Amino acid sequence: MRRTGPAPAVGRMCAIWFATPGRGGTCGAMAPDGVHAEISLTVDGEDHRLTVDTRTTLLDALRERLGNASPKKGCDHGQCGACTVLLDGDRALSCLALAVAHDGAEVTTADGLAAGGLHPVQQAFLDRDAFQCGYCTPGQVCSAVGLLEEVRRGWPSHVTEDLTARPELTHDEVAERMSGNLCRCGAYAHIVPAVQQAGGVQA
Amino acid sequence: MTELLEPRAIGRDMVRRDGEAKVRGTATYAIETPVEDPAYAHPVQATVARGRVTAVDTSAAEALDGVLVVLTPSTAERLASVEDREYAVLQSDEVDFRGQVVALVVAETSEVARQAADAVRITYAEQPHDSTLAVDRDDLYAPEQVNAGHETDTAQGDVAAAMATAHATVEQTYTTAMYHNNPLEPHATTALWDPAADVPLTLWDSTQGVHPSRSAVCGVFGLEEEQVRVVCPFVGGGFGSKGNAHAHVMLATMAARAVPGRPVKLGLTRQQMFTLVGYRTPTIQKLQVAADRTGRLQAIAIDVVEQTSRIKEYAEQTGVPTRMMYASPNRRTTHRLAALDVPVPSWMRAPGECPGMFGPEVALDELADTLGIDPVELRIRNEPGVDPETGKPWSSRNLVQCLREGARRFGWADRPPPLHREGAWLVGTGVASSVYPTMRQATSTAVIRYEDGRYVAEIGAADLGTGAWTVLPQIAADALGVDAEDVEVRIGDTRYPVASVAGGSSGTNTWGSALVVAAREFRTKFGHAPADGDEASGDVDQASTDEDHSAYAFGAQFAEVRVHADTGEIRVPRLYGVFGAGRIINPRTARSQFLGGMTMGLSMALHENSVWDDRIGQVAKHDLAEYHVSVNADVGDMQAHWLDEHDPYVNAMGSKGVGEIGIVGTAAAVVNAVHRATGVRVRDLPVTLDRLLPALP
Amino acid sequence: MKPFAFARPGDVAEAVRTVAAEPAAVFLGGGTNLVDLLKLGVARPDRVVDVRRLTSREITDTDDGGLRIGAAVTNSELAADPRVRERWPVLAQALLAGATGQLRNLATVGGNPLQRTRCVYFTDVSTPCNKREPGSGCSAVGGYTRYHAVLGVPAALPDASAPETCIATHPSDMAVALAVLDARVQVLGPGGARTIPFAELHRLPGDDPSRDTVLEHGELVTAIDLPPLPAGARSAYRKVRDRASYAFALVSVAAVVAGGEVRLALGGVAHRPWRATRAEEVLRGGPPTADAVRGAMAAELAAAQPQPGIDGGNGFKIPLVTRTVVATVRDLTSGVPA
Repeated sequence: MRRTGPAPAVGRMCAIWFATPGRGGTCGAMAPDGVHAEISLTVDGEDHRLTVDTRTTLLDALRERLGNASPKKGCDHGQCGACTVLLDGDRALSCLALAVAHDGAEVTTADGLAAGGLHPVQQAFLDRDAFQCGYCTPGQVCSAVGLLEEVRRGWPSHVTEDLTARPELTHDEVAERMSGNLCRCGAYAHIVPAVQQAGGVQA
Repeated sequence: MTELLEPRAIGRDMVRRDGEAKVRGTATYAIETPVEDPAYAHPVQATVARGRVTAVDTSAAEALDGVLVVLTPSTAERLASVEDREYAVLQSDEVDFRGQVVALVVAETSEVARQAADAVRITYAEQPHDSTLAVDRDDLYAPEQVNAGHETDTAQGDVAAAMATAHATVEQTYTTAMYHNNPLEPHATTALWDPAADVPLTLWDSTQGVHPSRSAVCGVFGLEEEQVRVVCPFVGGGFGSKGNAHAHVMLATMAARAVPGRPVKLGLTRQQMFTLVGYRTPTIQKLQVAADRTGRLQAIAIDVVEQTSRIKEYAEQTGVPTRMMYASPNRRTTHRLAALDVPVPSWMRAPGECPGMFGPEVALDELADTLGIDPVELRIRNEPGVDPETGKPWSSRNLVQCLREGARRFGWADRPPPLHREGAWLVGTGVASSVYPTMRQATSTAVIRYEDGRYVAEIGAADLGTGAWTVLPQIAADALGVDAEDVEVRIGDTRYPVASVAGGSSGTNTWGSALVVAAREFRTKFGHAPADGDEASGDVDQASTDEDHSAYAFGAQFAEVRVHADTGEIRVPRLYGVFGAGRIINPRTARSQFLGGMTMGLSMALHENSVWDDRIGQVAKHDLAEYHVSVNADVGDMQAHWLDEHDPYVNAMGSKGVGEIGIVGTAAAVVNAVHRATGVRVRDLPVTLDRLLPALP
Repeated sequence: MKPFAFARPGDVAEAVRTVAAEPAAVFLGGGTNLVDLLKLGVARPDRVVDVRRLTSREITDTDDGGLRIGAAVTNSELAADPRVRERWPVLAQALLAGATGQLRNLATVGGNPLQRTRCVYFTDVSTPCNKREPGSGCSAVGGYTRYHAVLGVPAALPDASAPETCIATHPSDMAVALAVLDARVQVLGPGGARTIPFAELHRLPGDDPSRDTVLEHGELVTAIDLPPLPAGARSAYRKVRDRASYAFALVSVAAVVAGGEVRLALGGVAHRPWRATRAEEVLRGGPPTADAVRGAMAAELAAAQPQPGIDGGNGFKIPLVTRTVVATVRDLTSGVPA
């Protein structure tokens, strides 16, 4: 499996920019009602430096600060999956990630996946009509892209019968692995074959 | 009789026109509207279920950097109309339900708005509340009419006498839970009030109808329609909850008017959606069914008890399908309401039919069991020749064909015996019927214009995932006799001609009819070689109507259920639906509609339940972790099929509407299959594993 | 959400000092629960100290044949580790039964066992809750109790207004597996490092329901040690929930069968992952037949206090957890995959 070592040590006490001048130096000097941080994010291949409230989630930073509304806010509490993006390559919920804690991260949204034309997952969603209202769709798409990579790595799931074997893109495997993305329009019956199609499995 | 369009584009499988924008996430929903320097609004909600606000301390909130204004009952503008008490926000100090908005903060950022809302201190004089729905309440009342203008009660013959003498009877009470629509896109409005502009108020609102939304706002604020523009190109689902404006639309407008020139964004949180945007009332359905030994119904009666709010009446028409579904000489349907200290109930997918086909379709299964008659056959034996409610012939009714085709596809004839076990699983199958009325709204206008070598059709319609962006061009193309690719349709804006709400599965029927009238008008006026700028309009009320037939879509749903013999966990590996819903405009988007309805029906059967905590007067579950909707892994082999149906009476497209029928009957089919698998008859939704434990081996 | 300062110290020692120095400072790991609670107003820290990049993200073999799992290892990485999948399947299964792919990619081994209850009243700041606001009372008693405790609840019917009343359950799946595996928690605190047996990490409400664990303020989980299972041991995690995926447990069972020994831990039934020591004791020395397991569970559940409540209460957990344990042990001893 992929092994990630500890992140390189951050060379400074904290990557914080202080809204209140004269309070710089250590985080301990920060006023509880005036906390902002300057962070960098690479979003869909583009570098950004921006100032955020420490409370700002990655999702709100994308939507409200950077004008990238591709990831959606469906519940804001990690209960629906609409905000799923690829965060440093892995699918993750941007509503539960504080932007300041992901300073320097590389974020790919569904829009970014289409930079060079539609991603095969997106094409498969179109081919299979795997959505209706479209609100959960960018999250579904990012989740599916992450899922295909996880299966390629051989990661098991809750429905993998033999934990030591390589999983395959069966209906049950895809359905379980896509269960973190609610679709209220009820497109699940089309989402599974779309993901299988994108993963090279004829469904 | 209507002259049906010759289908060329209609019936073709066409990819959604808005599909690429949706898979990329670039389709813009209301809260995402790119506006200059937006402010953010956040409501403060009452924490008592009934009482009076005695003090509002906004000092801490107002002291925060970035707070623009805090609106309270004493500082908010006085509205022109407070007649609709759901809309009369911040107009009085009365608290009518827990979660009602009692203040609103507008701030520079969403974080500060929310923090400031938390900092507003409200003091209440709390009064005892009453939020308990029960059949034995002594204050139940009969509303003047029920939703969609139906009669409250109907009666024919003598049900009691038939019950007393019939060969077989079923007399049981069935209940459906409280449900919340929970579209994935939270209700949201971006509002801009610019007094100097020609159109001072612009609302980018997540709505199932820009014109109805505008009407509501105009009424409440005393504005002329010309002063308000509502824009909504995309809706992240609604299922009825965005069919009517709710309080937050008024709040967003009020906030915008408090900071003129500054756009304000108000997005409800998921938690707030459990009190502010409607829900489906719980229903209690007392059923009486009597039959002779061959299964022919002698009587069917449904007495419904459900709730409404004390401040605004909404009466779900739960008993309505029992009036027309099956033949029976004796029949009774009644509706009684309890007006409670609760949030205002409203539309949710297939109001009336969805809950109203649960009790009867389970009761029929119980009757089939009692008589030893196959439940498919039992339904076929009770097929009425004409509409029992009106005496009119059917425009088309293919329930029997749906049942037979479904049974064939499902392999019903070879279904396993009761209490059948395969390995760790108990296996059972069940069936139920579906129905939904074919409707067309009275008002909608379409304009067709020839522009730069192609046809542009404009109508203020809404696409909430239903496919309007894609199917309206198909209809316009056939009406004009051109390729769909040569038609551009513009919807979702009050700048376009008035359109009815996307509800009651009537959108395509209504807007399509207006398009057909406009197209015919266009050809009459300009022939087949129009000049640039030639334009004609058409109103739906000019479309031919048929008063002589009863028009409904019908369907049959078949479920295979597996119950784990150790734990009672319930799975539905197969769910097939077959529908007779008129002509299908676009098989791709229609299939998604049917499957979507069935998925929501499955969710209703197994999961959804807004558990009410009457001690505090609010839903105990207030988020998507607790309010379960089906996830991907809950859905197995789910199929939707339809009959090739040509109905010359409904409209020029021959379409009946497909948005709602899929949810009707699903829960009954699942519950009937659970009974076959386990012997446990569940009469209260949802069916959860704890109900089955006592019967497991 | 209340404003807070954010700090990312240079190393764990500094992180511990920073949090220890301030009563309203908290550690941030993957954030999947803390950020949720910040938004709800349940967690109201003055300072958030990010340790996600400070603790180890390595899984290393230990001399005794076990594993040391760094606190920053994600749930996904741990579930995918070939050693875990092969030798501690109960742990891999528990991890994979929890949450979803995109949550497991964020959630960390250090943070997961410290997540707070999902009691609907705990997460709603407009209702009384002794865990969130000590002394305010318990809204769950007599309320919506489907996901609440039946074990570890005092025998007298809990009094909703008493300050010690709490019938919340601990929501972690992984923690149930770690409890059955006799894992050890490596902790660094202002007073130095210590090791806590996993089964002793979580506490019952006692007289202070606001405390979920025995950790003192400023103590940071740095790693979890997984001891080896005896040769030939078989293990499994069985979770029963209200939908097929993405739901917290109604009940769950982590079981290990090794030689004559049966080890059991239960989830969804108590304020902490519940090591079923009494049932284990009853089963010691005899074959774990279905009847024997049923009897053992009856002993374990003798003191259970099913909670009445709206929507039927949670009495169903008694037969449900019994049936689930019987089936899990049956499958482990019969060779059928659980």
